[in-house]
Amino acid sequence: MTTDLRAGRKHSRPAPGDPGRRPRPTWRGRLAKLDVKASPYAFISPFYIVFLIFGLFPLGFTLWVSLHDWGLASGTREWVGLDNYDYLLTDSDFWHATVNTIGIFVMATIPQLLIALFIANALNRRIRMPTLFRIGMVAPLVTSTAAVSIVFTQMFDTDWGMINWAIGLVGIDPIDWSAGRGWSWVAIAMMVNWRWIGYNALIYLAAMQSIPRDLYEAAAIDGASRTRQFWQITVPMLRPTVIFTVIISTIGGLQLFTEPVLFSVRTPNNMDGGALHQFQTITMYMYDNAFGSDRYGYGAAVAWALFMMIIVFSLINFLIVRRTGGTK
Amino acid sequence: MRASMRRGLSTAVAALLVGGLAAACGGDDGSSGDGKVELTVDVFGEPGYEELYKQYEASHPNVTIKQRKVSSLDDFKPRIQQWMATGSGAGDVVMLEEGILPLYMQQPDKFVNLFDHGGKELEQNFVSWKWQAGVTPDGKQLVGLGTDVGALAMCYRTDLFDKAGLPTERDKVSELWPTWDDYLKVGQDFQSKMKDSKWLDGPTAVWRVTVLQQAGAGPGHSYFDKSNELVFSTNPAVKSSFDTALKFEQNKLTADMSIFTPPWQTALKRDTFATVPCPSWMLGGIKEFSGDYGKGKWDVAAVPGGSGYWGGSWLAVPKQTDHAKEAAELAKFLTSPEGQVGAFKAANVFPSSPQAAKDPAVAEAKDEYFNNAPVGEIFGEMVAKAQPVYLGPKNEDVRQAVENVLISVGQGKVDAGEAWNKAVEEAEKAAR
Repeated sequence: MTTDLRAGRKHSRPAPGDPGRRPRPTWRGRLAKLDVKASPYAFISPFYIVFLIFGLFPLGFTLWVSLHDWGLASGTREWVGLDNYDYLLTDSDFWHATVNTIGIFVMATIPQLLIALFIANALNRRIRMPTLFRIGMVAPLVTSTAAVSIVFTQMFDTDWGMINWAIGLVGIDPIDWSAGRGWSWVAIAMMVNWRWIGYNALIYLAAMQSIPRDLYEAAAIDGASRTRQFWQITVPMLRPTVIFTVIISTIGGLQLFTEPVLFSVRTPNNMDGGALHQFQTITMYMYDNAFGSDRYGYGAAVAWALFMMIIVFSLINFLIVRRTGGTK
Repeated sequence: MRASMRRGLSTAVAALLVGGLAAACGGDDGSSGDGKVELTVDVFGEPGYEELYKQYEASHPNVTIKQRKVSSLDDFKPRIQQWMATGSGAGDVVMLEEGILPLYMQQPDKFVNLFDHGGKELEQNFVSWKWQAGVTPDGKQLVGLGTDVGALAMCYRTDLFDKAGLPTERDKVSELWPTWDDYLKVGQDFQSKMKDSKWLDGPTAVWRVTVLQQAGAGPGHSYFDKSNELVFSTNPAVKSSFDTALKFEQNKLTADMSIFTPPWQTALKRDTFATVPCPSWMLGGIKEFSGDYGKGKWDVAAVPGGSGYWGGSWLAVPKQTDHAKEAAELAKFLTSPEGQVGAFKAANVFPSSPQAAKDPAVAEAKDEYFNNAPVGEIFGEMVAKAQPVYLGPKNEDVRQAVENVLISVGQGKVDAGEAWNKAVEEAEKAAR
């Protein structure tokens, strides 16, 4: 890339043999030029440099690893090309984990965002001590995920759990929460919901506060009920925020790890997600391969598959939310 | 000392989440120029070395020792993997459990050859197979020196036995079950009288014990033969052990728990199960989780099915250390007969050294918590008779996969008739 430093010359190049007509740019002038041209890049560079080191490089290196039969403990390192991906496509355990991840994701995200929306709406009214309630909403978020998961796991314990005791009071037989696929998903989704509802509610609340009041006043004068105001003013106005929360939840939901790991209390290896892998998520499967079974290369392939999946999912989500929002 | 002393899962997860970071931050070389050396020892569970470090520091004024302990083997495994793969971060001495030793025997060049540090003359300090396992197949390199051997016994609850009308005196109890079939029959008898307690903790401990027993008595290998080929489906020792473990499930004699998992830990504070197979390091676990509740209620009898062992570790010196000489000396001290006696006193881990096993401090040891059971005598007999079992590098993965099948039979998710085929399928996947 060459830059013309001959500032603002209006006429064309001087003929050869006509030396000295061109004013040599001074050093100071050159610096000034550089300042104008380059300093914006310097200012935005920290993010890109950090991203390069901690984002892009690991991404590329993971891809490199995934093309090998690579063992950390055994020391093997053979180039196998696309073999890992080839195996992955027919790996029933991987697809099983994918179904689990998506299942838990759906169970956790849809109720989570809906409940958050209603809670935000409730908090948006005139209430006593609004700050207290709003802060209270995010309290689950500041507790450690591990602590939450351990407590929930004990509550969902089959033999001595509080939940089974409570449903026993109304005469329902105890549920073996972690043994079956469906119930274990429910239990894990509850943990995720408990943690993130408040966070999303707060985001929705912030967005709601920026909706002009006169819209509601006009609607009220036209005789629209509160419910109708909610569905026809609040929700459409929140569309960009909903898109944001959906995408963030997707990225988070597909990377679900801590809750199911800590929920696996009955198998010797807590990366298994239950004895039949009934709630093993993709990240657990990745970790178990890379570090548990010494298949670092295959684990990297799983990581890349997950990366692709997140991109595809986020796009689908984005499109769905945009379509359902109608046209503005 | 397999995965002993789980201190709750939070540490596990913390280790998972920060393991990568923490592992990368252990790389100071610990020398401070004036001949002083700081040695770092990486262990898991409860090896019982604290007193020995003090002794060693007293006799070697230039050495200070720092121990980094992780509570369970499962958390230890990924950390050591990272250290070994990246060539930095490992301690000067690391503990390798019997399940992960074969994994690292594949790249012995990552470890210091202890033959270069006077390891040759230590051979008579260990039972022969324990020694052999630490030497590379070509016999040229000594990778690890043996620490403990998980000699087998059976722990049982005297109070529950009494309620069920069974004898409670340990010699009488040992006579109840010379074989696993007898143990099953006594279990059925017990179960018919007791509604709220199960006969044993779960299928997994029995499975591990019987595999090691049968493989030791038979071919000398379990899931993998000595050339690391998977022989899971063709090894009769594996099949018969699987059938044994399955019988307990089919007869509903187990609480479907897996050792050291949180439900198992909770169960020890209740009357959930009456017996649990007990390698020597298990005693420490029972003490910790059963606590005051179980004090005086537990006792130790012989294990059914003859002798055997389960678990045990080795100490190795990674090549990345800056103090190979000092680290090797420390490893030699910790695994010496007197070092092993010290570890036994502190943590009940049974010595792999015949001299240490004969030491009165071990041979005549009684355990107060377990009704003064003569643990030294019980475990000593077992170690003397134990036959070594070859474990391939993927042994742990296969074991976990098959344990999952047994657990799911207990949870009613897999039909007992289908269990073996499923186990074979899972084993093949795990061993790929």
